[in-house]
Amino acid sequence: MPLVENGKVAEDRYVKVDDDASLPERVPIIVSAKRFLAEADTLIGRDGSLGVAWPNDRRVNEIKPWLGHLALIALHFPKFRDGRAYSQARQLRETLKFGGTLRATGDVLRDQFGFLLRAGFDSFEVKKPADAAAFAKSVERFTVVYQPSADGRIPALRRRRQSLSAAKASETV
Amino acid sequence: MYVYDAFDRTLVTERVAEFRDQVARRLSGELGEEEFKPLRLMNGVYLQLHAYMLRTAIPYGTLSSEQMRMLAYVARKYDRGYGHFTTRQNIQYHWIKLAELPDAMADLASVGMHGMQTSGNCVRNITTDQWAGAAPDEIEDPRVWAELIRQHVTLHPEFSFMPRKFKIAVGTARRDRAALRIHDMALQMHRNADGETGFEVMVGGGLGRTPFLAQTIKPFLAKRDVLSYVEAVLRTYNQFGRRDNIYKARIKILVHELGPEAFAKEVDAEWATIKEGALALDDEAVTDIVGRFSYPHYETLADNPTELTQARKADREFAVWLDNSVANHKVAGYAIVTLSLKPEGGTPGDATAEQMQTIADLADHYSFGEIRVGHEQNLVLPHVAQRDLFAVWQALRDIGIAVPNVNLISDIISCPGLDYCNLANARSIPIAQEITRRFHDLDRQRNLGRLHVNISGCINACGHHHVGHIGILGVEKNGQEFYQITIGGKADENATLGSLIGPAVPYAQVADVVEDIATAYLALRERPEELFIDTVKRAGVEPFRERVYATR
Amino acid sequence: MTSPLEQKKIKVTGPVIVTANRAADGAVIYRAADGSWATTLDGAVIVTNAEAARTLMAEAANDDLGAVGPYVAPVTVTGGHVRPGNLRELIRQGGPTIALPLPLGC
Repeated sequence: MPLVENGKVAEDRYVKVDDDASLPERVPIIVSAKRFLAEADTLIGRDGSLGVAWPNDRRVNEIKPWLGHLALIALHFPKFRDGRAYSQARQLRETLKFGGTLRATGDVLRDQFGFLLRAGFDSFEVKKPADAAAFAKSVERFTVVYQPSADGRIPALRRRRQSLSAAKASETV
Repeated sequence: MYVYDAFDRTLVTERVAEFRDQVARRLSGELGEEEFKPLRLMNGVYLQLHAYMLRTAIPYGTLSSEQMRMLAYVARKYDRGYGHFTTRQNIQYHWIKLAELPDAMADLASVGMHGMQTSGNCVRNITTDQWAGAAPDEIEDPRVWAELIRQHVTLHPEFSFMPRKFKIAVGTARRDRAALRIHDMALQMHRNADGETGFEVMVGGGLGRTPFLAQTIKPFLAKRDVLSYVEAVLRTYNQFGRRDNIYKARIKILVHELGPEAFAKEVDAEWATIKEGALALDDEAVTDIVGRFSYPHYETLADNPTELTQARKADREFAVWLDNSVANHKVAGYAIVTLSLKPEGGTPGDATAEQMQTIADLADHYSFGEIRVGHEQNLVLPHVAQRDLFAVWQALRDIGIAVPNVNLISDIISCPGLDYCNLANARSIPIAQEITRRFHDLDRQRNLGRLHVNISGCINACGHHHVGHIGILGVEKNGQEFYQITIGGKADENATLGSLIGPAVPYAQVADVVEDIATAYLALRERPEELFIDTVKRAGVEPFRERVYATR
Repeated sequence: MTSPLEQKKIKVTGPVIVTANRAADGAVIYRAADGSWATTLDGAVIVTNAEAARTLMAEAANDDLGAVGPYVAPVTVTGGHVRPGNLRELIRQGGPTIALPLPLGC
């Protein structure tokens, strides 16, 4: 499963650690939500970046107290049709102001890249290598968006008004 | 009507380019059907019994003549010369080839039309009153709000993979002509004691296997909060709607299982985090959208001009049509004209390319270039000057869409059924056709009065049979087509679900049963003015059951 | 007529065929003996037991490029003639049972 970050295939710096495995030293790790909640203090006190894999059927509010200590949150798409993680991503980015890496995992396919980016994801465990290679191309497809979202792109409603006031400004000059 | 600008057009053409690429990858084998299916659904492309079906969105049922001409062109060029107008104000083409779809979609995109949001687990076409902008009893034009919401939910990154589809309706009139309470979410405009206008928000309506009427979760939502509140409802549904069982995945189940109060609380908690954010609507945002709607430059005319009164006196057939198909307009001297797509023996809601072409021309000459599609599968010319009504009627009669049966028993609402649809258990169209043949006598129809017959070929209820005055549901029993009959349903502001009158009857008996129900009504009504639906309410289902099943 | 598209278990109580829709244009097609797809029912290979039906289905399902949504459908065979085995298949074979709208003047 190739990882895509910054528009291209990338090395995964993170090590996924099983619930019963010992913690490797200093490397960035990703643990399950279950392990995180059970050993939060130990994990946070550890020297090395910390990521947690959060299931898509738990409220992200639960993880709010520790957001400042997390370098990465991995959210899950059991099937691409199960879109709960989009909501989780937006809540993390826009309401809870999470600034770390937000990774999409699971059934991550090319035709969802645009939505994933808009929802605030910036790291992608892509199911198919061919899709990973096509990432950059597939996200330039949509230059107009209608609604504000986590990616900060200006929605059409505001762009219209901006161009209208720019036109007005140049009229009066 | 809303005029697409460069931004809107860009979004649609980019979408067509994406779909063209997806089709190419499908036909080359790079994409399998399992991955392709949700992608084609997002553009309104279904696979039916005989062919692919393209559903093209007609946002809140409003069409320009230019768009209607393109619908005719697509019907001729890519299909078999006709299209079907649906109970959600969209159009369907039943015979399109996958390989030709990108071209058809490019043609439609050239006039701002598309199939986005007509399928898939996203927000679908936002529907409203087909008389919007012309109805005397509306507070303001609901289409402005439908358009604001439409743009907001189109290709929404968070809400494209919800548990199931989501249907929204908007109403601003006293009478509900949009069947608000059978929608997942409905917004009904009210004026409060201070004279401010805002929306009552209802959620959890829907027909199908477990029909529910929507319940009010917010009695008065300020206009500025519409988008943020809609967002909060969708987010709550996206996160907590059931995904374990396709038959329990609509929001109506979630609302029912949580209870409306608990559901409303969840929504409010989410809403609190986004209410004052980017989605708060300021006056400028609303003015901008309103400014994008072009409205007719009405002439100053008087009601009942001599052209009209004289024609009415001279031609009885015209007078009959006037009384049946023409409604009052909010502007003096104008009228709202309904075009019946329910000819005797025809398929409810179908129109040929020639008919569409002529309607487009009539719209240009007589209705400021505007046409509407109603959920009852008829069309509307919304702004006809009363002095032109005779000329319009003559032209409509020439193409067979001036049958004065609007709201009468032969004005049937029907899904395509097993003749076309993959999901169907039984046929619906031939049932509708036979009923129109039995009741072809217009005097008999007028005597029966307003009587809505709704037919669905399966439990998915696309014909809205639950809310028909007479509802007919096709089922399968031992390989045979059988039909359950309900009576007493209503789709208006007093929405009600119909009641079963007895065991299902076989295909050959359905029209007989409808005749027996009609006969029973005539025997039971207290006076001629008592409508069928009111007789059912007063007398109950039992007297009808007795009469219909006496010999069955 | 209940949609057979969600067939999980294949039950064979008489002669059956495998049918699907052609990917390119959605036309009704029938699995033939040589692994191709026929456009008429008489070109379909008929099997009479569940094992054979499952094999046929597996092969058909592999042909994702040619055919969409294959499933097992009943047929009746009388005097050498094969006919659709239920109303749904009759409609798929013959088209809608209603007249399609005709252009004016036809």
